[in-house]
Amino acid sequence: MGSHSHGHHSDVTLRVNGKPRTLTVDHRRVLLDVLRDDLDLPGAKKGCDHGQCGACTVLVDGRRVNSCLLLAVCLDGCDITTVEGLAGDGEEPHPLQRAFLERDGFQCGYCTPGQICSALGAVAEAEAGHPSHVTDPALPSGRPVPLDRDEIRERLSGNLCRCGAYPRIVEAVEDVIR
Amino acid sequence: MPEPATAPGAPAERREGRLKVTGSARYAAEHPSPGRLQAWPVPAAVARGRVTRIDTAAALDLPGVVTVLTPDDAPRLAESDDATLAVLQDARVPHRGWFVALVVAESLEAARDGAAAVHVAYAAEEHDVTLTETHPAGYVPEQANGGYPAVREQGDPEAAFASSETRVDVRYRVPPLHNHPMEPHTTTAHWEDGRLTVHTSSQGSGVVRAVLAQLFELDEERITVHAEHVGGGFGSKGTPRPDVVLAVMAALRTGRPVTVALPRRFLPAVVGHRAPTLHRLRLGAAPDGRLTSLLHEVTTHTSHVKEFVEQAATPARVMYAAASSRTAHRVVPLDVPTPSWMRAPGEAPGMYALESAMDELAAELGMDPVDLRVANEPETEPDSGKPFSSRHLVECLREGARRFDWDRRDPRPRTWAEGDLLIGTGVAAATYPVMMWPSKASARALPDGTFLVRINAADIGTGSRTVLAQIAADVLEVPLERVRIEVGSTELPAASLAGGSSGTASWGWPVHEACTRLAALLGDRSGPLPGQGLATEADTAGRADADSPYARHAFGAHFAEVAVDTVTGETRVRRLLGVYAAGRILNARTARSQFVGGMVMGLGMALTEGSTVDAAFGDFTESDLASYHVPAHADVPDIEAHWVDEDDPHLNPMGSKGIGEIGIVGTAAAIGNAAHHATGVRFRELPLTPDRILTGLTGR
Repeated sequence: MGSHSHGHHSDVTLRVNGKPRTLTVDHRRVLLDVLRDDLDLPGAKKGCDHGQCGACTVLVDGRRVNSCLLLAVCLDGCDITTVEGLAGDGEEPHPLQRAFLERDGFQCGYCTPGQICSALGAVAEAEAGHPSHVTDPALPSGRPVPLDRDEIRERLSGNLCRCGAYPRIVEAVEDVIR
Repeated sequence: MPEPATAPGAPAERREGRLKVTGSARYAAEHPSPGRLQAWPVPAAVARGRVTRIDTAAALDLPGVVTVLTPDDAPRLAESDDATLAVLQDARVPHRGWFVALVVAESLEAARDGAAAVHVAYAAEEHDVTLTETHPAGYVPEQANGGYPAVREQGDPEAAFASSETRVDVRYRVPPLHNHPMEPHTTTAHWEDGRLTVHTSSQGSGVVRAVLAQLFELDEERITVHAEHVGGGFGSKGTPRPDVVLAVMAALRTGRPVTVALPRRFLPAVVGHRAPTLHRLRLGAAPDGRLTSLLHEVTTHTSHVKEFVEQAATPARVMYAAASSRTAHRVVPLDVPTPSWMRAPGEAPGMYALESAMDELAAELGMDPVDLRVANEPETEPDSGKPFSSRHLVECLREGARRFDWDRRDPRPRTWAEGDLLIGTGVAAATYPVMMWPSKASARALPDGTFLVRINAADIGTGSRTVLAQIAADVLEVPLERVRIEVGSTELPAASLAGGSSGTASWGWPVHEACTRLAALLGDRSGPLPGQGLATEADTAGRADADSPYARHAFGAHFAEVAVDTVTGETRVRRLLGVYAAGRILNARTARSQFVGGMVMGLGMALTEGSTVDAAFGDFTESDLASYHVPAHADVPDIEAHWVDEDDPHLNPMGSKGIGEIGIVGTAAAIGNAAHHATGVRFRELPLTPDRILTGLTGR
């Protein structure tokens, strides 16, 4: 591995939704702009470009990240999953995408890819035993944390939705963890 | 048994939903084309003055920077009705954040770097951005936003107030608020063969085209504007904003496609904001609670660029029967960014003040606040004397009270504690006018048994595609899946913008009419359709905008329960419930989402959202989403939205009123009234942040 560097640009290989993609990136370029503009994967959205809104959330090596805060040059060899990659190769959307449709967990849709990726990351974190601010401190550590509504709300609070679809988003997440 | 999906009110899923949840819906920046450039504006760094010199040499030396547009060399624009769009036309700086240059580059990184390298020299002048009720520059405008008279008076309200047995004389403050749709204002523009193609994030692509035609002196036929998917607007994308003009200028200059996506922190200065409002409310009442006098006087600000007057005193002209009344607006032009529409302009801040004052009056009278509102139910619209086309405010209040268990409430404040928490409940009413504008639509029956409905409606997250298809399927009496619909482009029949909660009524009407004609045509013939099918059109000009002999408004009631932490000063909403009377509800699923969404924004207005115009620097201190706190998941409990059936024949063929804004209208007042019930303290300035709560609780 290792990236080839020339001036202010370097070659990196990212594994995006299962496919290796090799690009020459400006060292200032963040993952979000690589996805949106270089790879034509506009599912990850730019809401603030400062890690304040969560619309750009994707999964890097299985963990949720704000892709507007990650320099692409640092991600050589990483596995990146965007909202476009959740359904896999099949026609059917991911169960959480289906739940967002059924619950009407969005209106304008701009925060939606970030909400969905963030929720999948949050469910995995809880499964791995990561506590949140509202987790009962008496719970044994290292065991999966049950996700009640307060847990879901707390863990998704980095993903803003100006349309105010929050109650329906929480229901959609509940639907897939039951 | 489930209802058929075409039945009016059926909860059909959003038609574009699958595109949105899979990331396939393309928004304004997401239309790549070969050679597309990116641009980054340079905001003015003084609050008032002139640009004396712009040095672009360092920027132009940077790799990737293609050009820099400045007031010295930017394309000249013709006059338009909107002075906020006259960007890069002269050296004047009317407020901090006004754009003084635009850097166009091969990449976003280069554009941003270039913007930082542009050196601007200013001749700064003294500025004044501080709004006060007694500001000497204040004046009474001719009209407030929406074309409402600035002042209305009935009887002798001052004398009636002075002689009232029970009086409330209180002042409220609502700070500047920001729309902050999740998708920042963005435009991609491209000139090709003398034609201009624009993808923009707008509530009305037809307005964008008309304004561009005016500014660039082009025939509208040479301009196509697409706004297929729009990441929210809440009023701030109702008309074009500077991103549209800058993108077209840059595309003209470079001959290449250009995207201007405004950085989040630039938005508050250039896309409009809800102007701050200072309210004085005087309510006089007889012992039975009937209002003898109602005075609502509002002072607000506007910019020196153009006059915009938040019509916050107008809901008092609709709500209650008062023998005497005065509703008046004053406006102070300051060196501030230009305010504009934000969800329920007028109603949201106005009803916060009026409904808070009604709560104070109920307490003075020792009367239940629901009963006080019922006691003041008018027979006709108080200001105009017109009969209401329908008005079910009392039903909303009663139904909400029943669902909320309001009758079990102890009316005495500060009687409910749980540890350090003080709990309270509150109620407020809501109203929003019915607005409709002329629009056109076409409907076509195709030989394969499907139908195509076309209209330049906007779907900014309201679900207009879905509900318009339902209207069509209902009229044509065919399954919903056989109706295709196209919206969001000026290539479609012209339609009004998504604003004033007018969309479904304005667009549904011609869709209904075109489909009614098509159904009649189909009924008259037999045999297969010709290859191109059969088509009809409809145009509601002269009818949708005709004066009505009726006063037409939606009404609602909000109920809130809050917990106030006496140690931290934090206020949290535990329950929020709204009941609405808004004509016929055409899609239960998307309608509920709109009502709830409005209530979430009202919750933000009550508890977390507030902007400050910094007196020294002259701009908004809270300019991004880290400092301007829109509600997050953890702030929002389960929210209930219900509606009462309303059959109103005086509206449109669907019998619908608008629902996009009424959800925000009374929410902040209900939460504020609940905070008083919890603590026994009146908080008269929004938002109810911990510093204000703790100050109120300690009496300091």
